[in-house]
Amino acid sequence: MNNELIYAVLAIGVGILAIIMAIIAILNDKLSISVIAGGVVSLFASIIFLLMAAPDVAMTEAAIGSGLSTLIFFYVLNKIKKYND
Amino acid sequence: MEYLNLGKISLIIAFALVLVGFWGLLSQKNIIKIIVSFTILETGINILIVALGWIKGRTAPIIDASVEQGPNHNVLNSIVDPVPQALVLTAIVIGFGVTALLLAYAMKLFRAKRTLEINQFNDLKW
Amino acid sequence: MIKNFLIALVLASFVYMFYHLYESYEPQTELSGIAAHYAENGAKEVGAANLVTAVVVAYRGFDTMGEVTILFLTASIIGFFLKLSKIDEEKVIIHHGTSELLITASQILIPIIFLFGAYVFMNGHLTPGGGFQGGAIIASGVALSIMANPNREINHHAILWIESISGISFVIIGVLGIVLAGGFLDVRLFGVGEFGDLFSAGAIPIIYSFIGLKVGAEISNILNKYQKSQKEL
Repeated sequence: MNNELIYAVLAIGVGILAIIMAIIAILNDKLSISVIAGGVVSLFASIIFLLMAAPDVAMTEAAIGSGLSTLIFFYVLNKIKKYND
Repeated sequence: MEYLNLGKISLIIAFALVLVGFWGLLSQKNIIKIIVSFTILETGINILIVALGWIKGRTAPIIDASVEQGPNHNVLNSIVDPVPQALVLTAIVIGFGVTALLLAYAMKLFRAKRTLEINQFNDLKW
Repeated sequence: MIKNFLIALVLASFVYMFYHLYESYEPQTELSGIAAHYAENGAKEVGAANLVTAVVVAYRGFDTMGEVTILFLTASIIGFFLKLSKIDEEKVIIHHGTSELLITASQILIPIIFLFGAYVFMNGHLTPGGGFQGGAIIASGVALSIMANPNREINHHAILWIESISGISFVIIGVLGIVLAGGFLDVRLFGVGEFGDLFSAGAIPIIYSFIGLKVGAEISNILNKYQKSQKEL
C-alpha cells in the first residue's frame, strides 16, 4: 500500500513538471530552448511509462522520442542559423 | 485517498498534454514551433493509450520469477494488459517517421523563401 | 482578435469532451477478452517470456509488417527530398575541428554501443527490448560517429544491402509460415523449445533481428541524408 502512494506522488510531481515544460516550449521566443523543452517532455513521459509498468514502451520513447528526434531538430536549426545571424 | 489513483492521474496528464499540443498547433506562426507542438501532442496521446490498459496492483507483462512466485501464482492475475503497449510501440516509431518527414519539408520551404513564418507562404491562396 | 476567440472555442469544446470522458472512466480490475487469452496461453503457444513481444511479432505480426513498410516509405521520401545536386556533392563541410575528447571517446564507445544494440534485439523475447529499441540504439551509435567526423562517408551500398536483405527475409519467413506451419508469419516454424532459452520461441529471435537491422539501417540513412544536406547553401 505504501508503494502505491509513492508511485502516485511521484507521478503527480513528474506530470506537473512535464506540463510546465510543454508550456515553456510553446511560449518561448528562442527556437533552441523550444526544441530542448520538447525533448525534456519526452523524457518525463518515459518516466511516466515506467511508473505504469510498461518497460518496453519506456525504452522506445527514451531512445526515439528524446534522443533521435531532438538530434534531427538540431540539424534543421543549424541550417537556419546561417541566415539569421 | 481515492484521488491518488495512478490511472486517473495519468489520464489528467495525458489530457493536459493533448490540450497544450493543440493550442500550440493552432496559435503559433513559426514552422519549427508547430512541429514541436505536434510532437507534444503525439506524446500525450501515447500516454493516454497506455493509461487505459493499467490495472491497479499488478506488474509488467513479462513472465519471470517475480510473477511466478508472486502472491497469485498465476499469470492471469498479476500482469497489466499487454495489448495497448504493443500498439503504442508501433505508434511511437511512426510518430518519429512523421516528424522527420515534416522537418525535411520545413528545410525545403526555408530554402525556397528564406523565411519560416507560415503567413508568408501564400502562393496557393486565391 | 477573432482568431484568438475561435482558438479558445475549439479548446473549450475539447475540455468539455475530455471532462465527460474523465467522469465516465472506470479503471479495469480484471484482464478481459483477448488479453486474458494472451496471458493464459502465450507461454505455451509461443514460448516467449515477454508478452508484449509475443503480441507484436506473433499474434499481430501483420501490423508489424505494415509498420516496417511505412518506415521504408518515409526513409525513401526523405532520400528523394534531400538529394544534393552534383556540384554540392563534392563540397567539404568546413568546421572548426571536433574536439580530441570526442574523437577518442567515440573510438571506444561505438563498438560497445553496437554490441549493446545487438544484445537488445536478440534478447527481445526474454527481457524488455526488441527490434525497434535495438535499431534505435544502433542508429544512435551511427549518429555519434557522424558527430565525431562530419565529413565521414557512410558506405551507402552497405546500408542499401542490409536494409533490402532484411526486408526480403522477413517476407520470406512469412511465406515459409504458410508452407510449413499454420499461416502467414506463424512463429511455430522452428519449434517452440525450452522456455527461457535464447534459442526458443520459434522464429521470434530471427524475425526481431531482421526488424532491428532494418530499422537501424533506415534511421542511419535518414541521419546521413540530414548530415549531407548541411553541404548545400
